[in-house]
Amino acid sequence: MNNSANDRRGAVISAGFGLAGQISDVFWRKPVILLLLMLTPPLLWLGVVYIGSLLALLAQSFFSIDEFSGLINYHLTLKTYGELLNPANLDIILRTVLMAAIVTLASVIVAFPVAFYAARYARGRWKALFYLGVMLPLWSSYLVKIYAWKLILAKEGILNWFFELTHLKWLLDAYLAIPLIGGNSLSVSYTGTFLVFLYVWLPFMVLPMQAALERVPANFLEASSDLGATPWQTFRNVLLPLALPGVIAGSIFTFSLTLGDYIIPQIIGSSRLFIGQAVYSHQGTAGNIPLAAAFTVVPVVIMGFYLWMAKRKGAFDAL
Amino acid sequence: MRSDHEIRAPMALKIAAACGLLFMHVPILLIFVYAFTTEDKTFQWPPPGYTLKWFAVAWNRPDVWSALQLSLKVASISTIVAMVLGTLCAAAVSRSKFFGREAISLLVILPIALPGIITGIALRSAFNIADIPFSVWTIVLGHATFCVVVVYNNAVARFRRLSGSLVEASMDLGANGFQTFRHVVLPNIATSLMAGGMLAFALSFDEVIVTTLTAGQQATLPIWMLEELVRPRQRPVTNVVAMIVVLVTFLPILAAYYLTRDGDQVAGQGK
Repeated sequence: MNNSANDRRGAVISAGFGLAGQISDVFWRKPVILLLLMLTPPLLWLGVVYIGSLLALLAQSFFSIDEFSGLINYHLTLKTYGELLNPANLDIILRTVLMAAIVTLASVIVAFPVAFYAARYARGRWKALFYLGVMLPLWSSYLVKIYAWKLILAKEGILNWFFELTHLKWLLDAYLAIPLIGGNSLSVSYTGTFLVFLYVWLPFMVLPMQAALERVPANFLEASSDLGATPWQTFRNVLLPLALPGVIAGSIFTFSLTLGDYIIPQIIGSSRLFIGQAVYSHQGTAGNIPLAAAFTVVPVVIMGFYLWMAKRKGAFDAL
Repeated sequence: MRSDHEIRAPMALKIAAACGLLFMHVPILLIFVYAFTTEDKTFQWPPPGYTLKWFAVAWNRPDVWSALQLSLKVASISTIVAMVLGTLCAAAVSRSKFFGREAISLLVILPIALPGIITGIALRSAFNIADIPFSVWTIVLGHATFCVVVVYNNAVARFRRLSGSLVEASMDLGANGFQTFRHVVLPNIATSLMAGGMLAFALSFDEVIVTTLTAGQQATLPIWMLEELVRPRQRPVTNVVAMIVVLVTFLPILAAYYLTRDGDQVAGQGK
């Protein structure tokens, strides 16, 4: 095999005139050189600069901060990780994970009809419309989307106007009176934070779900109903298991993005912190880089575990 | 075989799907209305009146212009860097099998898979350690890192469909490697590169989480928006800027969609 390859090269080499030709001949004879040349710039950028910074950050989580001087103590210790287990910090972690889980669950419910309709019923122009209908909100500006919700949830905004118009203000007030999820107004409650999270990450759930649902053969569903299953049984026993990889793939996005976000809860929500805000404030005003670094390890570990579970369920084929 | 009845969707599903789509679009459309409101202190709905004067006010704001300028500059440089790095990576990964090939795909996806704040803090603390002052280039460094993946995704899908026999035929006909790249490979991957580049541009133009940590005192347009969100000073101007940002990001997305429409629909998968 090697011989015939050499013969072929012999025929090609005669075409090599000039410097460009010679260089290209070298690449042809030794593909490894070309491969190395192609890989060096991206590897330098991503492998050295990016991974290097990540590792440096990780290393700093093993330092600690001196409570009195506020200076970083460069002795390896697990003290900073111990601080993560403070009730206050544990609270932050729990709150964030809970929010991420609820947002993920809700986005599955809202995304399913859109994805299912687009995958099974929409054809031609409608298909393109659905595709763009998900793509445009996905790519439109993140801050503008948050801003839009600030407009909606404002006291004099459209939502309150709507409730007053329909004489349902008492319903909203009753809802806001519920402890924990309520508050003075929607824009300073967990419900507000939840709505914005759901809105901003929803397209990330629709796309992989639709990809998974498109692979479900239509005759499976027909066979199921021919065999006497109710629509709910078909959904529960046929459609859902087959769509599960897509759901998990989408949930990777919604879960991970909620875990790391620090802008949404800062702008719309109560003043209680989420992981991202904790990281941001510890590295900023507090200057406590070790604790900030230890906090960043939390979502990474959670996501690592999540991805490992997802891989076992075969979710990566749907990405 | 298939009767009309089978492909008609149940009413409930139709309504639920329509509600889902409305939920995704109505908030953005509201911004368009608010850009024309005469009210300048609150977010009153319905707007008491409509005016075009805020466009003129926004037009004359130097801080908006300089933020826009910085954003465009950063997005352009990051896009170019990401296109070069992403294409190189995609070409290397798709043309040969080598040790660590899987690791490279993972490496490219990592900046998107990890929460943005981690990338941001890691880079910021690295700049601190290395004593690098904040500049346009520190922002570009952060942006290009996560833009590589969209170019890579688009290019890798196209390279996979690009048949190796085309390259071999070109070589057999006497073209050298550079000529083959210029006349055979490039025309075949051009649209996917354009699509990837546009998505990278949109991604960079809109990025705020990493940018707040790598920009120092500089204000890109998203940082300007964030300031207004946290401490509103100029609501009408913010409304106008928000509307323009929506329009500006839609154009590259639509263009990327039309460029990759006939092929594989990879454009924009996984922001």
